Amino acid sequence: MTSNGSSLRTADVEPDELMEPGQARPPEIPSTKPQAIVPPAPSAAPAKPGLSVRLEKLRAFYGDSEQVKGVDLDFRANEVTAIIGPSGCGKSTMVRCINRMHEEIPGARAEGRVLLDDFDVYDSSVDVVAVRRAIGMVFQKPNPFPTMSIFDNVASGLRLSSRRGGDLRSQVEAALRSAGLWEEVSGRLEEPGAGLSGGQQQRLCIARSLAVNPEVILMDEPCSALDPIATLKIEELIAELKQSVTIVIVTHNMQQAARVADRTAFMLSGELVEVGPTQEIFTTPSDSRTEEYVTGKFG
Amino acid sequence: MSTSGSETERLARFNVSPRRRRKDRIARGAILGATVLALIPLLLIVYYLLIKGLGSWSPSFFTTDPTGNTFFKSSSIGGIKSAILGTIEIVALASAISVPIGVAVAVWLVEYGKGSWFAQLVRFFVDVLTGVPSIVFGLFIYIVLIVGTGSSFAGYKGSLALALLMLPVVIRSAEVILMLVPDALRESALALGAPRWRVIFSIVLPTALPGMVTGVLLAIARAAGETAPLLFTAATTKNTNFNLGQFMNSLPVQIYNDVTSPTTAVVNRAWGAALTLVVMILLLNLIARLIARRSRLA
Repeated sequence: MTSNGSSLRTADVEPDELMEPGQARPPEIPSTKPQAIVPPAPSAAPAKPGLSVRLEKLRAFYGDSEQVKGVDLDFRANEVTAIIGPSGCGKSTMVRCINRMHEEIPGARAEGRVLLDDFDVYDSSVDVVAVRRAIGMVFQKPNPFPTMSIFDNVASGLRLSSRRGGDLRSQVEAALRSAGLWEEVSGRLEEPGAGLSGGQQQRLCIARSLAVNPEVILMDEPCSALDPIATLKIEELIAELKQSVTIVIVTHNMQQAARVADRTAFMLSGELVEVGPTQEIFTTPSDSRTEEYVTGKFG
Repeated sequence: MSTSGSETERLARFNVSPRRRRKDRIARGAILGATVLALIPLLLIVYYLLIKGLGSWSPSFFTTDPTGNTFFKSSSIGGIKSAILGTIEIVALASAISVPIGVAVAVWLVEYGKGSWFAQLVRFFVDVLTGVPSIVFGLFIYIVLIVGTGSSFAGYKGSLALALLMLPVVIRSAEVILMLVPDALRESALALGAPRWRVIFSIVLPTALPGMVTGVLLAIARAAGETAPLLFTAATTKNTNFNLGQFMNSLPVQIYNDVTSPTTAVVNRAWGAALTLVVMILLLNLIARLIARRSRLA
């Protein structure tokens, strides 16, 4: 299943960039078998790798109040890193700095560096829009676009960012398959996205961010509005997705961090207390505050 | 059993006291009374419009221009064709001017200006404009475009006066609706790598569309019924006219002129015209709502 999902993504999105401009696709009826249309790309790797993200002295402010106080943190490529910590400790704010969504809030600003691979997303020459295409985001509450169908929701990222080249239908299918939603919605793609259940809506939102083919996906408490079964599905999905993307997940739920994350970072009052392999953070943390938090003494 | 007495007492505290019951009845009565009171004039207006207006409706009422004769039989005074077409033309141009500008101002206020001092200033002036009596807009256009340029009345000058009148209504209603669009939608679109203008055109405006249609309709309905801004801008004429650069008839001005006539048949034509105006706005409302519903998926 996993390799199938990722090979689909590779097969039908990647080669668009490799194609010559004049080499237009034959105007055939959108097929349900993307592999049949896409010419084989000789140099394509079996799975498109995610990129690492490194925070250097990252500070984030709302007006004069400093919410993230100089964090240095590595998110390794193709790993799931969970960020835990009590409410208001700056987890979400820090994550929103990575794709520069933090600055969308009036009066908010960030300092320091966020390196995507070797590339500072806060560099003055950087196009914010390009950063956000490379670093997708899934929010706390499922929020499909209410005026759009299931299909249009998934296609929205491609359409909104004017990257329409290629077969939209197969790209949408690939994204829905990667998000584990294809089987459930393939027969009703034209129905409104808001008509799905909460868990399906959240997977629709994941499909929507996958469709633009990002290297990193930020998840800001993606399961906090979902029931346990929908949560389980998302967690299984996260485990599959890390084959092709780097995942950063903010969570209030320590069991969730323990289940899905390769590495876990613990934050407190805007500072990074500790980061390490999940197993270590939960069993043999080096900082007493981490131990107190993961054993439920506070938070 | 000795407990039955205390049992009744124990339950008595759950009974509604007569005092509370009385208060409740009075309050409900007062609210219902106010509702009925407000309905009376509304029903009377509709009743008189139908009784008096329907009497003058006939096929020729809609297909002939007013003749200008007032001292002859009702058959010779003519209909209101030029007034209907004039109103449609003037209001259509006024909407074509005020709706795009108004929506643009609202988008700027909500998406870009937000709480800045300039946005606050714009909001203040929009509020002031909302309260300006309609005749002032007419007077303004009259002084600037007719006295000021030494030219004569014209349909498009009426449209401009109406557009000024509609503008604050469109801005305010569109702004309120745009603010209702959840920020989460803007954020998730931005996070997909959509440029801001795309987010506005593809996500924010379609989501807000049904609500904005209502606001625009309110503005159109208000403008379509205005007499004062048209009296000395578009003036009036008898003939049907498709050139907005010429004098132009309109329903409110026709009603205004007819009502002051001593001839019963002409006064009745005013009622017929009034009913026509109401029906036109009603139809527009229906059509726009159908379009807005179709454009929305949910």
